[in-house]
Amino acid sequence: MMAYFQGLFGESWPLVWTLVKIVVLTLPIMGTVAYLTLAERKVIGYIQVRIGPNRVGPRGLLQPIADAVKILLKEIIIPSSANKFLFILAPVLAIAPALVAWAVVPFSPELVLSNIDAGLLFILAATSMGVYGVIVAGWASNSKYAFLGAIRSSAQIVSYEIAMGFALVGVLMVSHSLNLGEIVKGQAGGGFWNWYFIPLFPLFLVYLISGVAETNRAPFDVAEGETEIVAGFHVEYSGMTFSVFYLAEYANMILVSALCALMFLGGWLPPFNFAPFTWIPGFLWLLLKIAFILFLFLWFRATFPRYRYDQIMRLGWKVFIPVTLVWIVVVGAWMQTPLWLW
Amino acid sequence: MIEALVFYFFSAVLVASSLAVITVRNPVHAALFLVLAFFTAAGIWILLEAEFLAIVLVLVYVGAVMVLFLFVVMMLDINIAKLREGIWAWLPFGALLAIVMVIEMWVVLGSERFGLAGTIAPEGHPAGYSNTRELGRLIYTHYVYPFEIAAVILLVAIVSAIALTLRRRKGTKSQIASEQLAARREKRVRLVSMTSGKE
Repeated sequence: MMAYFQGLFGESWPLVWTLVKIVVLTLPIMGTVAYLTLAERKVIGYIQVRIGPNRVGPRGLLQPIADAVKILLKEIIIPSSANKFLFILAPVLAIAPALVAWAVVPFSPELVLSNIDAGLLFILAATSMGVYGVIVAGWASNSKYAFLGAIRSSAQIVSYEIAMGFALVGVLMVSHSLNLGEIVKGQAGGGFWNWYFIPLFPLFLVYLISGVAETNRAPFDVAEGETEIVAGFHVEYSGMTFSVFYLAEYANMILVSALCALMFLGGWLPPFNFAPFTWIPGFLWLLLKIAFILFLFLWFRATFPRYRYDQIMRLGWKVFIPVTLVWIVVVGAWMQTPLWLW
Repeated sequence: MIEALVFYFFSAVLVASSLAVITVRNPVHAALFLVLAFFTAAGIWILLEAEFLAIVLVLVYVGAVMVLFLFVVMMLDINIAKLREGIWAWLPFGALLAIVMVIEMWVVLGSERFGLAGTIAPEGHPAGYSNTRELGRLIYTHYVYPFEIAAVILLVAIVSAIALTLRRRKGTKSQIASEQLAARREKRVRLVSMTSGKE
């Protein structure tokens, strides 16, 4: 069958095949995003002793589909005197980087769309583009609340990106590679004690918390801050344009969780190197780890009150960046001693 | 064949967006076109197999520098009419400057030096060649002194930029987190037991 299609497309086969792979990668991500919204409402519901959505379909399982249909049918309102082109472009700028970064994420030793050497840098670059969606949305809306949200968000993302980048420096120091597949292979050997979250524990925490801040999730959601600035940067958006922002936020959440699992929690490696743990395929282990970190995201949202803006800045600049800088030096010195076991 | 097509596509976008940077009226649009120009330049570097430099270009310039640029441009209330005042008076001077710059670029980047005769077209690298590793090796061995000097200059620039903008006003009320965290209930609350007035 493969050969048949190859003959059919001839010269352009590699292009077509890559497109097919991109679609096969993107569709499950969008499906996961849809069901993550349901999971969020359910989890937070139970944390707050409610039931959560349970009307549409058995146990509310069709709720995301109902939401999608509703949002597709809604009118897209463009404010008068808004910059029309940038107003429509902003949601696209928000979601494109969130999906592009998945190109280099490996799901198992062989299962990766593009196995490039500078994978880690590629992901950093792609996620740093995400802020344009927020800024452009805030500016193009021609609304004060939206603009305040955009300014807050860009300052927050730029500050936390530094801490995030330094946390990644630690990972590439111990793994000697920028390739995500190699980083996971560097954690192989024994069991969970070989994973990088043990020697890099402070960096792991910094990365996880900065990930929450980068995705503008509670308790760092001052960009939306509905109690202060209505809904922040997407206050003027409605219908599908609004939901694209929503999708981008959740896609980013899944991406940060996947990176956390790959770089600190051993990716597709099982926690113990003997049966029955080795019977479960690596792909499932990775999904389990991603699901666990996603659960943490939801747990944070239900547990912590929103930070004040100055507290966010203080945490980013005066706590996280010094912590990462010190720990990079510690790891560098530690690696030169025989006490280094990773 | 595909490579050439991609190259011409990126080059066309790069030239068009760079022209747009200096011709569009709205400064925010200009900044966004500059972002596009950086991005396509990174694409061309990828074609040259310089993936580390390309990604760092996107990471540093697109991801950080241009965000701050946009930040400033959006907050400024720029009066475009005032900016365009006196354009005819300055035109001869500007044109002269432009001609001098074009001649300089011609001399430096002309085909005698950067043509196919002067520099050989780079050959493709073998599989397993790591751009990042090679760059790191060169920076920390062959070019270590220039690299360190550049780093020190940057550090001095950072410190002086902060020193220039740091102004302490008297009487501002900022919070000191350590004092707030050190607050204890015993110091703040005094429980007084009072007998009620009525039996």
